[in-house]
Amino acid sequence: MEGVGRPEAEGNDRGYLAERGWRSWAFTLDHKRIGAMYLWTTTAFFLIGGVFALLLRLELLSPQTRYFSNHTYNVFFTLHGAMMIFLFIIPAIPSGLGNFFIPLHLGARDVAFPRLNLASYWVFVAGFLVIIGSLVAPMDTGWTFYTPYSAKSAAAVTTLSLGLFLIGLSSILTGLNFIVTIHKMRAPGMTWHRMPLFLWSMYATSIIQVIATPVVGVTFLLLAAERLLGVGFYDPSKGGDPVLFQHFFWFYSHPVVYVMILPAMGIVSEVIPVFSRKPIFGYNAIAYSSIAIAFLGFLVWAHHMFTSGMSPLANAIFSFLTFFVAIPTAVKVFNWIATLYKGSITFESPMLYALTFIFLFIVGGLTGPFLGALATNVQLHDTYFVVAHFHYTMMGGTVMGFFAGLHYWFPKMTGKMLNEKVARVAWALLFVGFNVTFFTMFIVGTRGMPRRYAEYLPRFHTENVISTIGSAVLAVGILVMCWNFLQGLRKGAPAPGNPWRALSLEWKATSPPETENFHEIPVVTDWPYGYGTPKA
Amino acid sequence: MDNVLAFGAASSQAGRVDALFVVIAVVGGFFFFFTQGILIYFAVKYRRRLPDRDNVTPTITGNHLLEFLWILIPSLVVVAIFHYGWRVYTDQRIPVSGATEVHVNARQWMFEIKYPDGRTAINEIRVPAGTPVKFILSAADVLHGFYLPDFRVKMDMIPGRVTTLWVQPDRPGSYQIFCTVYCGTGHSNMLAQLIVMPPREYAEWVEHGGRAGGVAGGKEPLHERGERVVKGAGCLNCHAVDGKEKIGPNLRGLYGSKVPLEGGQSVTADEEYLRESIVDPGAKVVKGYPNVMPTFKTSMPPDDVRATVEYLKTLK
Repeated sequence: MEGVGRPEAEGNDRGYLAERGWRSWAFTLDHKRIGAMYLWTTTAFFLIGGVFALLLRLELLSPQTRYFSNHTYNVFFTLHGAMMIFLFIIPAIPSGLGNFFIPLHLGARDVAFPRLNLASYWVFVAGFLVIIGSLVAPMDTGWTFYTPYSAKSAAAVTTLSLGLFLIGLSSILTGLNFIVTIHKMRAPGMTWHRMPLFLWSMYATSIIQVIATPVVGVTFLLLAAERLLGVGFYDPSKGGDPVLFQHFFWFYSHPVVYVMILPAMGIVSEVIPVFSRKPIFGYNAIAYSSIAIAFLGFLVWAHHMFTSGMSPLANAIFSFLTFFVAIPTAVKVFNWIATLYKGSITFESPMLYALTFIFLFIVGGLTGPFLGALATNVQLHDTYFVVAHFHYTMMGGTVMGFFAGLHYWFPKMTGKMLNEKVARVAWALLFVGFNVTFFTMFIVGTRGMPRRYAEYLPRFHTENVISTIGSAVLAVGILVMCWNFLQGLRKGAPAPGNPWRALSLEWKATSPPETENFHEIPVVTDWPYGYGTPKA
Repeated sequence: MDNVLAFGAASSQAGRVDALFVVIAVVGGFFFFFTQGILIYFAVKYRRRLPDRDNVTPTITGNHLLEFLWILIPSLVVVAIFHYGWRVYTDQRIPVSGATEVHVNARQWMFEIKYPDGRTAINEIRVPAGTPVKFILSAADVLHGFYLPDFRVKMDMIPGRVTTLWVQPDRPGSYQIFCTVYCGTGHSNMLAQLIVMPPREYAEWVEHGGRAGGVAGGKEPLHERGERVVKGAGCLNCHAVDGKEKIGPNLRGLYGSKVPLEGGQSVTADEEYLRESIVDPGAKVVKGYPNVMPTFKTSMPPDDVRATVEYLKTLK
């Protein structure tokens, strides 16, 4: 790659962070600042959602409710789920890291529509403010809001629906922005097949966001109409059908798990080659499998509903299709592992998290067939097995990918280096805590413990105590990591322009990058994975 | 009756689900050790040993045969697992002729049982061993679930619809029933039992009136019978008798106490108040509690109500 603004970019005092004062943030059109604001906001919700998770685990120390009432427990698991899903895991990587790095990866000065970008952040803020407003009558419906319970509940479900509608709108606007940006803003010479794989995964993610999110928006509007106007969409006493809600809900919420996981897969595809000093294995397969996942993800929603009384034929079709989502994800895993072959691997914290992603995601993936196969699904559905499977893919997968991205790009985003030793301690605590917490849930799930239970039979006691102990270790790991980030921000050593000697374009910008990223738009002559040759 | 999958199955159907579970576990276990093994092996073997040699790696960007194989082989494996899971499931769902029918209606937070001959019960289903059973499931208010882990089956209970479930109870015993679809505050207390009886005992039990709690004794003291009714009717899902607060008011020390009501009045809990609260719970709602208790007017015969009141009087 030649013609880049500065030869091998050096550190930079403040870069895009130079301007100070709240106005310079609130009204910024800089994709990096908007990305940073998303990162702060979503990480805050991750921590709050995590506190709710710890309170749940605390209560589950004893079979009978001890610290909270059953109702409070139900509110807590609803808030944990809703916050983690809608306010953290969906927006964190796309809107946070995606906003920051898509233009840098493309060799562009910003996204295609900077004002729309800022608008989507403020729509997001409006959305979560409305959601916080709905806490005057906190919802206890579970994050799935199944009718008719949610239609009858005394909680502020209508307000909450409006908040989620706004969050969804923000998500659509961001997706739209990214699609146009990737189509139109690629630097000269950057063909589709010279794009970093993070861009392919973000492209697939954005397509899902634009197509699927309107459905859930409408679903919530219908729910609000049912509550406010008494129109019977879902409530059988008004002539509606509660299962219809489930179809609508999962038609969005299943594709959206790929909105959660695909960006993390993109990060892993970037990190693995850099720290193996090897070209990525099977570039095309990884790129097209992202698109395949986005497509197949729309065809499998009803696998959340095998016990909802659908006909056995419909169940069989959805089960069959579900198994085929496994193929493109498996292909990615094989490609990452093959990339390691004959590499020259180092284990800095981004690589540790990326390898952890692969390790935990394999566990999450291989427990999928138990739930995809009809007969075992009927047994395991709505038990802790599902909770464990979901957390292995989403926390073990997406969140580990997110952490990999944060550690990988921290020097670029802040211009400071992290303390590597502390990062490894945090990683070790996280890894142990995570597995103790969630692997136990597979066991208690196969023993038949239903989820969303404030109180449980004494026969499940041991597993729950172990799981709670694990969650405490996990929490300490997260705290150490956060402390490390704050220490790095305050007094980290100045970061060079390219501390990991990576080849994608963001590393050609200064650390932190300047307001419009590049002095001169770079000209691209090769793909970004030419590691292992002497010139790299 | 413990319920580790592949152990403690209560019927022959359950054994087939367990076999499927084990097969998936073995196949998954193979891929687990295969992929994780290679991952860890590569990570260790190809770790950077000499800092200055890090750029000497081969340029390998793909291998068509390998990539073809690792699409083909997993595809064949998942199709096989799908087919196996589908077959076991379909056999579970095929209607069985000659099944004993039991109607189960769910409401917040109890299972109401009705047998075709008119017997009723709450949270306790009794069936004879050896005869297939068909559960006819419905829900009165919100979604509920009907989960029999020992039989490896589960079905949602949906307002406005009827769903069905078949089991073949082979072994006598008492089996847990859970509500598995979140249904509100009392969700985790919404439990029931399926009691599979040896056929002769079952026939005897039906002959003696088929009341919940087993064969009714002739000279049972009234309050003891009341205790049996309270346990059998699901009262304890929402009410505690040990002084604790649950979804509904605590029952210990209730008799004779002054109860504050919604709307500001209060009432002394005498026999008539207790009776009325069982057959018409909405008439006087205790302050601070939701008006969610269903009526027991039809499901509890007057004798049982009387016995229940006598039992409540003993809770001092």
